[in-house]
Amino acid sequence: MRKRIALSLVTVWVALTFTFLLVRQMPGDVLHNLAIQILNTQGVTYQQAREMAKLQICYDPDEPIMSQYVHYLSNLAHGELGRSTTYRIPVVTILKSALPWTVFITFMAAGFSFVVGTTLGLWTAWRRGGWLEPALTLYATLTQAIPDFLLGVMLLLVFGVRLQWLPLRGAYGADTDPGLNFAFVASLLQHAILPVMAFSIPAIGSWALTAKASATSVLGEDYLLVARAKGLKPWRILRDYLGRNAMLPLISSLATSLGALLGGSMLIETLFGFPGLGYFLAQSIGTRDYPLMQGLFLLSTLAIVTGNLLAEILSRRLDPRSK
Amino acid sequence: MKRIGWAVLLAFILVALFGPGLIPLDGTPHYEERFAPMSWNHWLGTDYAGRDVWAQLVHGSRDILLIAFSTGAFAVLIALLVGVTSALAGGAVDALLVGCVDVFLTVPSFPLMAILSALFRVGDPITFGLLLALWSWPGLARSLRAQVQSMQHREFIEVARLMRMGNWHILWREIFPNLVPYLSLNFIMIARNAITASVGIMMLGLVPLRVENWGMMLNLAAFQSGALFLPQGKLYLLAPLTAIIAFQYSLILVAASIEEHFDPRLQRG
Repeated sequence: MRKRIALSLVTVWVALTFTFLLVRQMPGDVLHNLAIQILNTQGVTYQQAREMAKLQICYDPDEPIMSQYVHYLSNLAHGELGRSTTYRIPVVTILKSALPWTVFITFMAAGFSFVVGTTLGLWTAWRRGGWLEPALTLYATLTQAIPDFLLGVMLLLVFGVRLQWLPLRGAYGADTDPGLNFAFVASLLQHAILPVMAFSIPAIGSWALTAKASATSVLGEDYLLVARAKGLKPWRILRDYLGRNAMLPLISSLATSLGALLGGSMLIETLFGFPGLGYFLAQSIGTRDYPLMQGLFLLSTLAIVTGNLLAEILSRRLDPRSK
Repeated sequence: MKRIGWAVLLAFILVALFGPGLIPLDGTPHYEERFAPMSWNHWLGTDYAGRDVWAQLVHGSRDILLIAFSTGAFAVLIALLVGVTSALAGGAVDALLVGCVDVFLTVPSFPLMAILSALFRVGDPITFGLLLALWSWPGLARSLRAQVQSMQHREFIEVARLMRMGNWHILWREIFPNLVPYLSLNFIMIARNAITASVGIMMLGLVPLRVENWGMMLNLAAFQSGALFLPQGKLYLLAPLTAIIAFQYSLILVAASIEEHFDPRLQRG
Protein backbone atom coordinates (compact mmCIF):
# COMPACT_ATOMS: atom_id res chain seq x y z
CA MET A 1 0.00 0.00 0.00
CA ARG A 2 2.80 2.40 0.92
CA LYS A 3 4.39 1.69 -2.44
CA ARG A 4 1.16 2.50 -4.26
CA ILE A 5 0.80 5.82 -2.47
CA ALA A 6 4.40 6.72 -3.26
CA LEU A 7 3.80 5.83 -6.89
CA SER A 8 0.66 8.00 -6.99
CA LEU A 9 2.59 10.93 -5.58
CA VAL A 10 5.35 10.46 -8.15
CA THR A 11 2.76 10.34 -10.93
CA VAL A 12 1.12 13.54 -9.75
CA TRP A 13 4.55 15.19 -9.50
CA VAL A 14 5.40 14.10 -13.05
CA ALA A 15 2.11 15.55 -14.28
CA LEU A 16 2.76 18.81 -12.39
CA THR A 17 6.23 19.14 -13.85
CA PHE A 18 5.03 18.20 -17.30
CA THR A 19 2.42 20.97 -17.28
CA PHE A 20 5.01 23.39 -15.91
CA LEU A 21 7.32 22.64 -18.82
CA LEU A 22 4.40 22.68 -21.23
CA VAL A 23 3.44 26.23 -20.37
CA ARG A 24 7.10 27.26 -20.75
CA GLN A 25 7.02 25.85 -24.25
CA MET A 26 4.24 28.21 -25.28
CA PRO A 27 4.85 29.00 -28.94
CA GLY A 28 3.90 32.33 -30.50
CA ASP A 29 4.35 34.46 -27.40
CA VAL A 30 1.04 34.06 -25.61
CA LEU A 31 2.04 36.59 -23.00
CA HIS A 32 2.73 39.25 -25.61
CA ASN A 33 -0.61 38.64 -27.33
CA LEU A 34 -2.50 38.84 -24.06
CA ALA A 35 -0.64 42.02 -23.11
CA ILE A 36 -1.60 43.61 -26.44
CA GLN A 37 -5.23 42.64 -25.81
CA ILE A 38 -5.18 44.23 -22.37
CA LEU A 39 -3.41 47.26 -23.79
CA ASN A 40 -6.14 47.75 -26.37
CA THR A 41 -9.06 47.30 -24.00
CA GLN A 42 -7.88 49.01 -20.82
CA GLY A 43 -5.76 51.95 -21.95
CA VAL A 44 -2.60 51.22 -19.88
CA THR A 45 1.04 51.27 -20.94
CA TYR A 46 2.59 48.16 -22.50
CA GLN A 47 4.71 47.52 -19.39
CA GLN A 48 1.64 47.61 -17.13
CA ALA A 49 -0.34 45.45 -19.53
CA ARG A 50 2.48 42.90 -19.59
CA GLU A 51 2.57 42.79 -15.78
CA MET A 52 -1.22 42.25 -15.69
CA ALA A 53 -0.97 39.52 -18.29
CA LYS A 54 1.72 37.77 -16.25
CA LEU A 55 -0.55 37.73 -13.21
CA GLN A 56 -3.52 36.50 -15.21
CA ILE A 57 -1.85 33.42 -16.62
CA CYS A 58 0.50 32.87 -13.68
CA TYR A 59 3.51 32.88 -15.93
CA ASP A 60 6.53 35.15 -15.75
CA PRO A 61 9.26 34.36 -18.29
CA ASP A 62 11.56 37.05 -16.85
CA GLU A 63 12.13 35.10 -13.61
CA PRO A 64 14.84 32.41 -13.40
CA ILE A 65 13.39 28.97 -14.15
CA MET A 66 13.81 27.49 -10.66
CA SER A 67 12.05 30.38 -8.98
CA GLN A 68 9.28 30.08 -11.59
CA TYR A 69 8.92 26.44 -10.63
CA VAL A 70 8.70 27.21 -6.90
CA HIS A 71 6.21 29.96 -7.63
CA TYR A 72 4.13 27.61 -9.74
CA LEU A 73 4.01 24.94 -7.04
CA SER A 74 3.08 27.41 -4.31
CA ASN A 75 0.32 28.83 -6.52
CA LEU A 76 -1.03 25.34 -7.05
CA ALA A 77 -0.93 24.65 -3.33
CA HIS A 78 -3.16 27.68 -2.87
CA GLY A 79 -5.56 26.45 -5.52
CA GLU A 80 -4.49 29.27 -7.85
CA LEU A 81 -4.47 28.05 -11.43
CA GLY A 82 -4.52 31.36 -13.25
CA ARG A 83 -7.09 32.69 -15.66
CA SER A 84 -8.30 31.12 -18.84
CA THR A 85 -7.06 33.19 -21.77
CA THR A 86 -10.19 32.57 -23.84
CA TYR A 87 -12.96 32.76 -21.23
CA ARG A 88 -11.18 35.38 -19.13
CA ILE A 89 -12.35 33.90 -15.83
CA PRO A 90 -10.35 31.92 -13.26
CA VAL A 91 -9.61 28.36 -14.35
CA VAL A 92 -10.89 27.10 -11.00
CA THR A 93 -14.33 28.55 -11.78
CA ILE A 94 -14.48 26.65 -15.06
CA LEU A 95 -13.34 23.42 -13.37
CA LYS A 96 -16.01 23.83 -10.71
CA SER A 97 -18.74 24.34 -13.28
CA ALA A 98 -17.63 21.51 -15.59
CA LEU A 99 -16.85 18.84 -12.99
CA PRO A 100 -20.46 18.14 -11.91
CA TRP A 101 -21.48 17.51 -15.54
CA THR A 102 -18.70 15.01 -16.10
CA VAL A 103 -19.40 13.34 -12.74
CA PHE A 104 -23.07 13.09 -13.66
CA ILE A 105 -22.54 11.55 -17.09
CA THR A 106 -19.72 9.30 -15.86
CA PHE A 107 -21.67 7.83 -12.97
CA MET A 108 -24.71 7.27 -15.17
CA ALA A 109 -22.65 5.58 -17.87
CA ALA A 110 -20.43 3.54 -15.57
CA GLY A 111 -23.32 2.53 -13.31
CA PHE A 112 -25.60 1.53 -16.15
CA SER A 113 -23.01 -0.46 -18.09
CA PHE A 114 -21.65 -2.13 -14.94
CA VAL A 115 -25.06 -3.29 -13.69
CA VAL A 116 -26.31 -4.50 -17.08
CA GLY A 117 -22.96 -6.01 -18.13
CA THR A 118 -22.18 -7.93 -14.95
CA THR A 119 -25.75 -9.23 -14.64
CA LEU A 120 -25.58 -10.53 -18.19
CA GLY A 121 -22.15 -12.04 -17.56
CA LEU A 122 -23.16 -13.79 -14.34
CA TRP A 123 -26.34 -15.11 -15.90
CA THR A 124 -24.45 -16.45 -18.92
CA ALA A 125 -21.94 -18.27 -16.73
CA TRP A 126 -24.76 -19.71 -14.59
CA ARG A 127 -26.72 -20.97 -17.58
CA ARG A 128 -23.79 -22.42 -19.40
CA GLY A 129 -24.38 -23.80 -22.86
CA GLY A 130 -27.40 -21.69 -23.74
CA TRP A 131 -27.77 -19.33 -26.65
CA LEU A 132 -26.64 -16.45 -24.44
CA GLU A 133 -22.98 -17.38 -24.49
CA PRO A 134 -22.33 -17.16 -28.25
CA ALA A 135 -24.65 -14.15 -28.47
CA LEU A 136 -22.64 -12.34 -25.81
CA THR A 137 -19.31 -13.10 -27.47
CA LEU A 138 -20.65 -11.90 -30.81
CA TYR A 139 -22.01 -8.72 -29.24
CA ALA A 140 -18.70 -7.99 -27.53
CA THR A 141 -16.64 -8.54 -30.70
CA LEU A 142 -19.03 -6.45 -32.79
CA THR A 143 -19.02 -3.51 -30.40
CA GLN A 144 -15.35 -3.48 -29.44
CA ALA A 145 -14.23 -2.62 -32.96
CA ILE A 146 -16.24 0.61 -33.01
CA PRO A 147 -14.57 3.54 -31.23
CA ASP A 148 -17.11 5.04 -28.81
CA PHE A 149 -17.15 8.43 -30.50
CA LEU A 150 -18.01 6.90 -33.87
CA LEU A 151 -20.79 5.00 -32.14
CA GLY A 152 -21.87 8.40 -30.81
CA VAL A 153 -21.96 9.79 -34.36
CA MET A 154 -24.15 6.88 -35.47
CA LEU A 155 -26.51 7.24 -32.49
CA LEU A 156 -26.75 10.96 -33.14
CA LEU A 157 -27.51 10.32 -36.78
CA VAL A 158 -30.25 7.75 -36.11
CA PHE A 159 -31.98 8.98 -32.95
CA GLY A 160 -31.23 12.68 -33.15
CA VAL A 161 -31.27 13.63 -36.81
CA ARG A 162 -33.33 10.92 -38.56
CA LEU A 163 -35.94 9.91 -35.97
CA GLN A 164 -35.70 13.14 -33.95
CA TRP A 165 -36.54 11.27 -30.75
CA LEU A 166 -33.74 12.76 -28.71
CA PRO A 167 -32.04 16.16 -28.52
CA LEU A 168 -28.81 16.69 -30.46
CA ARG A 169 -26.67 18.85 -28.25
CA GLY A 170 -26.23 20.27 -24.77
CA ALA A 171 -26.91 19.02 -21.25
CA TYR A 172 -30.48 20.35 -20.85
CA GLY A 173 -33.07 22.26 -22.84
CA ALA A 174 -32.69 26.04 -23.02
CA ASP A 175 -36.37 26.46 -22.18
CA THR A 176 -36.07 24.71 -18.82
CA ASP A 177 -35.16 26.29 -15.52
CA PRO A 178 -32.17 24.59 -13.78
CA GLY A 179 -33.30 23.36 -10.37
CA LEU A 180 -35.33 20.61 -8.82
CA ASN A 181 -38.34 20.69 -11.08
CA PHE A 182 -39.80 18.01 -13.29
CA ALA A 183 -39.24 19.73 -16.64
CA PHE A 184 -35.54 20.27 -15.93
CA VAL A 185 -34.84 16.77 -14.65
CA ALA A 186 -36.73 15.23 -17.56
CA SER A 187 -34.76 17.32 -20.03
CA LEU A 188 -31.52 16.45 -18.25
CA LEU A 189 -32.18 12.74 -18.54
CA GLN A 190 -33.29 13.06 -22.14
CA HIS A 191 -30.07 14.82 -23.05
CA ALA A 192 -28.01 12.22 -21.18
CA ILE A 193 -29.41 9.18 -23.01
CA LEU A 194 -27.30 9.36 -26.18
CA PRO A 195 -23.93 10.11 -24.55
CA VAL A 196 -24.58 7.42 -21.92
CA MET A 197 -25.43 4.91 -24.64
CA ALA A 198 -22.30 5.81 -26.61
CA PHE A 199 -20.21 5.00 -23.53
CA SER A 200 -22.22 1.98 -22.46
CA ILE A 201 -22.84 -0.04 -25.62
CA PRO A 202 -19.20 -1.20 -25.88
CA ALA A 203 -18.67 -1.17 -22.09
CA ILE A 204 -21.57 -3.58 -21.47
CA GLY A 205 -19.91 -6.18 -23.68
CA SER A 206 -16.57 -5.97 -21.93
CA TRP A 207 -18.10 -5.99 -18.42
CA ALA A 208 -20.19 -9.02 -19.40
CA LEU A 209 -17.14 -10.92 -20.66
CA THR A 210 -15.10 -10.12 -17.55
CA ALA A 211 -17.98 -11.06 -15.26
CA LYS A 212 -18.52 -14.28 -17.16
CA ALA A 213 -14.86 -15.25 -16.88
CA SER A 214 -14.79 -14.41 -13.20
CA ALA A 215 -18.00 -16.34 -12.50
CA THR A 216 -16.83 -19.34 -14.51
CA SER A 217 -13.72 -19.63 -12.37
CA VAL A 218 -15.81 -19.39 -9.18
CA LEU A 219 -18.16 -22.10 -10.47
CA GLY A 220 -15.26 -24.54 -10.40
CA GLU A 221 -14.57 -23.93 -6.70
CA ASP A 222 -15.22 -26.63 -4.11
CA TYR A 223 -17.39 -24.46 -1.91
CA LEU A 224 -19.88 -24.14 -4.71
CA LEU A 225 -20.09 -27.89 -4.98
CA VAL A 226 -20.64 -28.05 -1.20
CA ALA A 227 -23.39 -25.43 -1.45
CA ARG A 228 -25.14 -27.45 -4.12
CA ALA A 229 -24.66 -30.68 -2.19
CA LYS A 230 -26.20 -29.08 0.89
CA GLY A 231 -29.31 -28.56 -1.25
CA LEU A 232 -29.32 -24.77 -1.09
CA LYS A 233 -31.83 -23.02 -3.31
CA PRO A 234 -30.30 -22.07 -6.69
CA TRP A 235 -31.23 -18.45 -6.06
CA ARG A 236 -29.23 -18.37 -2.84
CA ILE A 237 -26.23 -19.98 -4.48
CA LEU A 238 -26.39 -17.48 -7.29
CA ARG A 239 -26.65 -14.50 -4.98
CA ASP A 240 -24.52 -15.36 -1.94
CA TYR A 241 -21.96 -17.79 -3.29
CA LEU A 242 -21.46 -17.11 -6.96
CA GLY A 243 -22.47 -13.46 -7.17
CA ARG A 244 -20.45 -12.19 -4.24
CA ASN A 245 -17.25 -13.99 -5.06
CA ALA A 246 -17.38 -13.30 -8.77
CA MET A 247 -18.08 -9.59 -8.23
CA LEU A 248 -15.19 -9.05 -5.89
CA PRO A 249 -12.46 -8.49 -8.48
CA LEU A 250 -14.86 -6.49 -10.64
CA ILE A 251 -15.56 -3.84 -8.00
CA SER A 252 -11.97 -2.66 -8.04
CA SER A 253 -11.89 -2.52 -11.84
CA LEU A 254 -15.01 -0.37 -11.60
CA ALA A 255 -13.10 2.07 -9.42
CA THR A 256 -10.23 2.17 -11.90
CA SER A 257 -12.51 2.80 -14.86
CA LEU A 258 -14.42 5.49 -12.97
CA GLY A 259 -11.14 7.29 -12.39
CA ALA A 260 -10.24 7.06 -16.06
CA LEU A 261 -13.69 8.28 -17.15
CA LEU A 262 -13.72 11.18 -14.71
CA GLY A 263 -11.13 13.02 -16.76
CA GLY A 264 -13.99 13.46 -19.20
CA SER A 265 -14.19 12.14 -22.72
CA MET A 266 -13.04 14.87 -25.07
CA LEU A 267 -14.74 13.36 -28.08
CA ILE A 268 -18.11 12.32 -26.70
CA GLU A 269 -18.57 15.56 -24.78
CA THR A 270 -17.56 17.64 -27.81
CA LEU A 271 -19.80 15.64 -30.12
CA PHE A 272 -22.83 16.11 -27.90
CA GLY A 273 -21.93 19.66 -26.86
CA PHE A 274 -21.93 18.50 -23.25
CA PRO A 275 -20.24 21.11 -21.00
CA GLY A 276 -17.99 18.73 -19.01
CA LEU A 277 -14.25 18.56 -18.42
CA GLY A 278 -13.54 16.78 -21.71
CA TYR A 279 -15.37 19.42 -23.72
CA PHE A 280 -13.32 22.21 -22.16
CA LEU A 281 -10.09 20.25 -22.53
CA ALA A 282 -10.67 19.84 -26.27
CA GLN A 283 -11.57 23.53 -26.53
CA SER A 284 -8.51 24.64 -24.58
CA ILE A 285 -6.14 22.58 -26.75
CA GLY A 286 -7.77 23.94 -29.90
CA THR A 287 -7.46 27.56 -28.76
CA ARG A 288 -4.04 27.12 -27.07
CA ASP A 289 -5.52 28.19 -23.73
CA TYR A 290 -2.58 27.00 -21.61
CA PRO A 291 -3.81 27.80 -18.09
CA LEU A 292 -7.11 26.01 -18.70
CA MET A 293 -5.41 23.08 -20.42
CA GLN A 294 -3.03 22.74 -17.49
CA GLY A 295 -5.81 22.79 -14.88
CA LEU A 296 -7.89 20.21 -16.73
CA PHE A 297 -4.94 17.92 -17.32
CA LEU A 298 -3.97 18.01 -13.66
CA LEU A 299 -7.53 17.30 -12.63
CA SER A 300 -7.82 14.26 -14.87
CA THR A 301 -4.47 12.91 -13.64
CA LEU A 302 -5.73 13.32 -10.08
CA ALA A 303 -8.95 11.49 -10.97
CA ILE A 304 -7.05 8.52 -12.42
CA VAL A 305 -4.64 8.34 -9.50
CA THR A 306 -7.52 8.49 -7.02
CA GLY A 307 -9.43 5.82 -8.93
CA ASN A 308 -6.41 3.50 -8.88
CA LEU A 309 -5.83 4.04 -5.17
CA LEU A 310 -9.49 3.45 -4.43
CA ALA A 311 -9.36 0.23 -6.45
CA GLU A 312 -6.40 -0.95 -4.40
CA ILE A 313 -8.10 -0.10 -1.09
CA LEU A 314 -11.38 -1.72 -2.16
CA SER A 315 -9.77 -4.93 -3.27
CA ARG A 316 -7.99 -5.16 0.08
CA ARG A 317 -11.10 -4.35 2.08
CA LEU A 318 -13.44 -6.64 0.20
CA ASP A 319 -11.16 -9.62 -0.03
CA PRO A 320 -10.76 -11.21 3.41
CA ARG A 321 -7.76 -13.21 2.19
CA SER A 322 -5.58 -10.12 1.81
CA LYS A 323 -6.01 -9.13 5.47
CA MET B 1 -13.90 -15.43 -41.12
CA LYS B 2 -10.11 -15.41 -40.68
CA ARG B 3 -9.62 -15.32 -44.45
CA ILE B 4 -11.97 -12.35 -44.75
CA GLY B 5 -9.87 -10.47 -42.21
CA TRP B 6 -6.66 -11.03 -44.17
CA ALA B 7 -8.40 -10.22 -47.46
CA VAL B 8 -9.80 -6.92 -46.14
CA LEU B 9 -6.44 -5.95 -44.64
CA LEU B 10 -4.68 -6.79 -47.90
CA ALA B 11 -7.27 -4.75 -49.83
CA PHE B 12 -6.63 -1.76 -47.55
CA ILE B 13 -2.87 -2.07 -48.03
CA LEU B 14 -3.20 -2.39 -51.83
CA VAL B 15 -5.50 0.62 -52.01
CA ALA B 16 -3.10 2.66 -49.89
CA LEU B 17 -0.12 1.61 -52.04
CA PHE B 18 -1.55 1.91 -55.53
CA GLY B 19 -4.89 3.74 -55.18
CA PRO B 20 -3.53 7.30 -55.10
CA GLY B 21 -1.66 6.61 -58.36
CA LEU B 22 -4.74 5.32 -60.14
CA ILE B 23 -7.42 7.67 -58.89
CA PRO B 24 -6.75 11.37 -59.30
CA LEU B 25 -7.65 13.69 -56.43
CA ASP B 26 -9.23 16.95 -57.50
CA GLY B 27 -8.93 19.41 -54.63
CA THR B 28 -10.66 22.35 -56.31
CA PRO B 29 -14.15 23.12 -55.04
CA HIS B 30 -17.15 22.73 -57.35
CA TYR B 31 -19.91 24.28 -55.28
CA GLU B 32 -22.57 23.51 -57.89
CA GLU B 33 -21.99 19.80 -57.13
CA ARG B 34 -22.28 20.12 -53.33
CA PHE B 35 -23.26 16.84 -51.59
CA ALA B 36 -24.00 15.06 -54.87
CA PRO B 37 -25.46 11.53 -54.50
CA MET B 38 -23.75 8.33 -55.67
CA SER B 39 -23.18 8.28 -59.41
CA TRP B 40 -20.84 6.83 -62.01
CA ASN B 41 -18.65 9.95 -61.81
CA HIS B 42 -18.74 10.12 -58.02
CA TRP B 43 -18.93 6.59 -56.61
CA LEU B 44 -19.52 7.83 -53.08
CA GLY B 45 -20.96 11.23 -53.95
CA THR B 46 -19.25 14.52 -53.16
CA ASP B 47 -18.43 16.55 -50.04
CA TYR B 48 -19.56 20.03 -48.95
CA ALA B 49 -17.38 21.61 -51.62
CA GLY B 50 -18.32 19.23 -54.41
CA ARG B 51 -15.13 17.16 -54.19
CA ASP B 52 -15.22 13.43 -54.85
CA VAL B 53 -15.55 11.42 -51.59
CA TRP B 54 -14.20 8.12 -53.00
CA ALA B 55 -11.01 9.80 -54.20
CA GLN B 56 -10.53 11.39 -50.76
CA LEU B 57 -11.07 8.04 -49.06
CA VAL B 58 -8.48 6.36 -51.30
CA HIS B 59 -5.89 9.10 -50.85
CA GLY B 60 -6.56 9.30 -47.12
CA SER B 61 -5.99 5.57 -46.57
CA ARG B 62 -2.23 6.00 -46.91
CA ASP B 63 -2.01 8.34 -43.90
CA ILE B 64 -4.16 6.10 -41.71
CA LEU B 65 -2.13 2.99 -42.48
CA LEU B 66 1.15 4.84 -42.00
CA ILE B 67 0.02 6.22 -38.63
CA ALA B 68 -1.25 2.83 -37.46
CA PHE B 69 1.82 0.85 -38.51
CA SER B 70 4.39 3.42 -37.44
CA THR B 71 2.78 3.70 -34.00
CA GLY B 72 2.80 -0.10 -33.73
CA ALA B 73 6.44 -0.35 -34.81
CA PHE B 74 7.74 2.45 -32.57
CA ALA B 75 5.75 1.25 -29.55
CA VAL B 76 6.92 -2.35 -29.93
CA LEU B 77 10.54 -1.16 -30.21
CA ILE B 78 10.30 0.99 -27.07
CA ALA B 79 8.54 -1.79 -25.18
CA LEU B 80 11.16 -4.35 -26.21
CA LEU B 81 13.98 -2.06 -25.20
CA VAL B 82 12.47 -1.21 -21.81
CA GLY B 83 10.97 -4.61 -21.02
CA VAL B 84 13.97 -6.74 -21.95
CA THR B 85 16.51 -4.37 -20.37
CA SER B 86 14.46 -4.29 -17.22
CA ALA B 87 14.25 -8.08 -16.99
CA LEU B 88 17.89 -8.75 -17.83
CA ALA B 89 19.47 -5.94 -15.84
CA GLY B 90 17.54 -6.43 -12.61
CA GLY B 91 18.39 -4.46 -9.48
CA ALA B 92 18.21 -0.67 -9.47
CA VAL B 93 17.80 -0.34 -13.25
CA ASP B 94 14.85 -2.70 -13.12
CA ALA B 95 13.23 -0.81 -10.23
CA LEU B 96 13.66 2.50 -12.04
CA LEU B 97 12.21 1.21 -15.32
CA VAL B 98 9.28 -0.45 -13.55
CA GLY B 99 8.55 2.89 -11.87
CA CYS B 100 8.64 4.64 -15.26
CA VAL B 101 6.27 2.07 -16.73
CA ASP B 102 3.86 2.60 -13.85
CA VAL B 103 3.88 6.37 -14.26
CA PHE B 104 3.35 6.09 -18.03
CA LEU B 105 0.48 3.67 -17.44
CA THR B 106 -1.23 6.07 -15.07
CA VAL B 107 -1.07 9.46 -16.78
CA PRO B 108 -4.09 10.18 -19.00
CA SER B 109 -2.75 9.14 -22.39
CA PHE B 110 -5.37 10.43 -24.82
CA PRO B 111 -5.26 14.02 -23.50
CA LEU B 112 -1.46 13.85 -23.60
CA MET B 113 -1.41 12.59 -27.16
CA ALA B 114 -3.87 15.32 -28.14
CA ILE B 115 -1.95 18.09 -26.35
CA LEU B 116 1.44 17.10 -27.74
CA SER B 117 0.31 16.54 -31.29
CA ALA B 118 -1.54 19.86 -31.31
CA LEU B 119 1.30 21.86 -29.78
CA PHE B 120 4.01 20.40 -31.96
CA ARG B 121 1.79 20.90 -35.03
CA VAL B 122 2.40 17.40 -36.27
CA GLY B 123 2.31 17.54 -40.04
CA ASP B 124 3.26 14.08 -41.26
CA PRO B 125 1.91 10.63 -40.37
CA ILE B 126 5.23 9.13 -39.22
CA THR B 127 5.90 11.83 -36.62
CA PHE B 128 2.28 11.52 -35.54
CA GLY B 129 2.84 7.78 -35.14
CA LEU B 130 5.94 8.39 -33.04
CA LEU B 131 4.02 10.77 -30.75
CA LEU B 132 1.23 8.24 -30.29
CA ALA B 133 3.77 5.47 -29.68
CA LEU B 134 5.30 7.41 -26.78
CA TRP B 135 2.12 6.68 -24.81
CA SER B 136 1.30 3.23 -26.20
CA TRP B 137 4.21 1.06 -25.05
CA PRO B 138 4.01 0.68 -21.24
CA GLY B 139 1.47 -2.17 -21.07
CA LEU B 140 3.50 -4.27 -23.48
CA ALA B 141 6.80 -3.44 -21.75
CA ARG B 142 5.40 -4.66 -18.46
CA SER B 143 4.27 -8.02 -19.83
CA LEU B 144 7.48 -8.49 -21.84
CA ARG B 145 9.48 -7.99 -18.66
CA ALA B 146 7.45 -10.69 -16.93
CA GLN B 147 7.81 -13.08 -19.87
CA VAL B 148 11.57 -12.65 -20.19
CA GLN B 149 11.97 -13.03 -16.43
CA SER B 150 10.10 -16.31 -16.38
CA MET B 151 11.90 -17.52 -19.51
CA GLN B 152 15.33 -16.97 -17.97
CA HIS B 153 14.82 -19.88 -15.64
CA ARG B 154 13.44 -22.27 -18.22
CA GLU B 155 15.56 -25.25 -19.18
CA PHE B 156 16.42 -24.24 -22.73
CA ILE B 157 17.94 -21.00 -21.50
CA GLU B 158 19.84 -22.77 -18.74
CA VAL B 159 21.19 -25.21 -21.31
CA ALA B 160 22.24 -22.37 -23.59
CA ARG B 161 24.05 -20.78 -20.66
CA LEU B 162 25.82 -24.05 -19.83
CA MET B 163 26.89 -24.33 -23.45
CA ARG B 164 28.51 -20.92 -22.95
CA MET B 165 26.57 -19.21 -25.66
CA GLY B 166 27.01 -15.42 -25.58
CA ASN B 167 24.40 -13.16 -24.02
CA TRP B 168 23.51 -11.68 -27.40
CA HIS B 169 23.08 -15.11 -28.89
CA ILE B 170 20.78 -16.14 -26.07
CA LEU B 171 18.79 -12.94 -26.40
CA TRP B 172 18.39 -13.06 -30.18
CA ARG B 173 18.34 -16.77 -30.91
CA GLU B 174 16.66 -18.19 -27.81
CA ILE B 175 14.54 -15.54 -26.14
CA PHE B 176 13.45 -13.31 -29.02
CA PRO B 177 11.87 -16.01 -31.25
CA ASN B 178 9.65 -16.98 -28.34
CA LEU B 179 8.38 -13.45 -28.05
CA VAL B 180 7.46 -13.07 -31.74
CA PRO B 181 3.86 -14.33 -31.54
CA TYR B 182 3.15 -12.12 -28.57
CA LEU B 183 4.84 -9.13 -30.20
CA SER B 184 2.89 -9.48 -33.43
CA LEU B 185 -0.42 -9.67 -31.56
CA ASN B 186 0.44 -6.58 -29.56
CA PHE B 187 1.64 -4.77 -32.66
CA ILE B 188 -1.83 -5.19 -34.11
CA MET B 189 -3.56 -4.17 -30.90
CA ILE B 190 -1.44 -1.03 -30.58
CA ALA B 191 -2.02 -0.21 -34.25
CA ARG B 192 -5.78 -0.54 -33.70
CA ASN B 193 -5.71 1.77 -30.71
CA ALA B 194 -3.57 4.20 -32.68
CA ILE B 195 -6.24 4.40 -35.37
CA THR B 196 -8.88 5.19 -32.75
CA ALA B 197 -6.68 7.79 -31.05
CA SER B 198 -5.41 9.45 -34.21
CA VAL B 199 -8.85 9.63 -35.79
CA GLY B 200 -10.17 11.06 -32.52
CA ILE B 201 -7.49 13.74 -32.38
CA MET B 202 -8.04 14.66 -36.02
CA MET B 203 -11.80 14.65 -35.58
CA LEU B 204 -11.40 17.24 -32.85
CA GLY B 205 -9.54 19.31 -35.42
CA LEU B 206 -6.34 19.42 -33.35
CA VAL B 207 -3.93 18.21 -36.02
CA PRO B 208 -3.80 20.02 -39.33
CA LEU B 209 -3.48 17.10 -41.73
CA ARG B 210 -4.86 17.08 -45.26
CA VAL B 211 -8.63 17.26 -45.94
CA GLU B 212 -8.69 13.77 -47.41
CA ASN B 213 -7.44 12.21 -44.18
CA TRP B 214 -10.27 10.10 -42.72
CA GLY B 215 -10.12 11.85 -39.37
CA MET B 216 -10.24 15.23 -41.08
CA MET B 217 -13.16 14.05 -43.22
CA LEU B 218 -15.02 13.14 -40.04
CA ASN B 219 -14.13 16.47 -38.46
CA LEU B 220 -15.38 18.38 -41.49
CA ALA B 221 -18.50 16.23 -41.82
CA ALA B 222 -19.50 16.17 -38.16
CA PHE B 223 -18.45 19.58 -36.87
CA GLN B 224 -17.70 22.01 -39.66
CA SER B 225 -19.80 21.57 -42.75
CA GLY B 226 -23.10 20.51 -41.19
CA ALA B 227 -23.14 17.27 -43.22
CA LEU B 228 -24.33 15.49 -40.06
CA PHE B 229 -27.62 17.36 -40.19
CA LEU B 230 -28.25 17.22 -43.93
CA PRO B 231 -29.89 14.13 -45.41
CA GLN B 232 -27.72 14.43 -48.53
CA GLY B 233 -24.56 14.74 -46.41
CA LYS B 234 -24.90 11.22 -44.92
CA LEU B 235 -22.62 9.65 -47.50
CA TYR B 236 -19.77 12.04 -46.76
CA LEU B 237 -20.05 11.27 -43.03
CA LEU B 238 -20.60 7.52 -43.31
CA ALA B 239 -17.86 6.80 -45.88
CA PRO B 240 -14.86 7.42 -43.59
CA LEU B 241 -16.76 6.02 -40.59
CA THR B 242 -17.45 2.72 -42.34
CA ALA B 243 -13.90 2.52 -43.66
CA ILE B 244 -12.47 2.96 -40.16
CA ILE B 245 -14.75 0.31 -38.67
CA ALA B 246 -14.01 -2.14 -41.50
CA PHE B 247 -10.28 -1.62 -40.99
CA GLN B 248 -10.68 -2.23 -37.24
CA TYR B 249 -12.57 -5.48 -37.86
CA SER B 250 -9.99 -6.73 -40.32
CA LEU B 251 -7.28 -6.16 -37.70
CA ILE B 252 -9.30 -7.98 -35.03
CA LEU B 253 -9.80 -10.98 -37.32
CA VAL B 254 -6.14 -11.01 -38.34
CA ALA B 255 -5.11 -10.90 -34.68
CA ALA B 256 -7.40 -13.84 -33.94
CA SER B 257 -5.93 -15.84 -36.81
CA ILE B 258 -2.36 -15.12 -35.67
CA GLU B 259 -3.27 -16.22 -32.18
CA GLU B 260 -4.72 -19.42 -33.53
CA HIS B 261 -1.68 -20.06 -35.70
CA PHE B 262 0.74 -19.81 -32.78
CA ASP B 263 -1.43 -21.51 -30.20
CA PRO B 264 -2.23 -25.07 -31.31
CA ARG B 265 -4.82 -25.43 -28.54
CA LEU B 266 -7.05 -22.95 -30.36
CA GLN B 267 -6.89 -24.81 -33.68
CA ARG B 268 -9.93 -26.70 -34.78
CA GLY B 269 -10.07 -29.34 -37.49
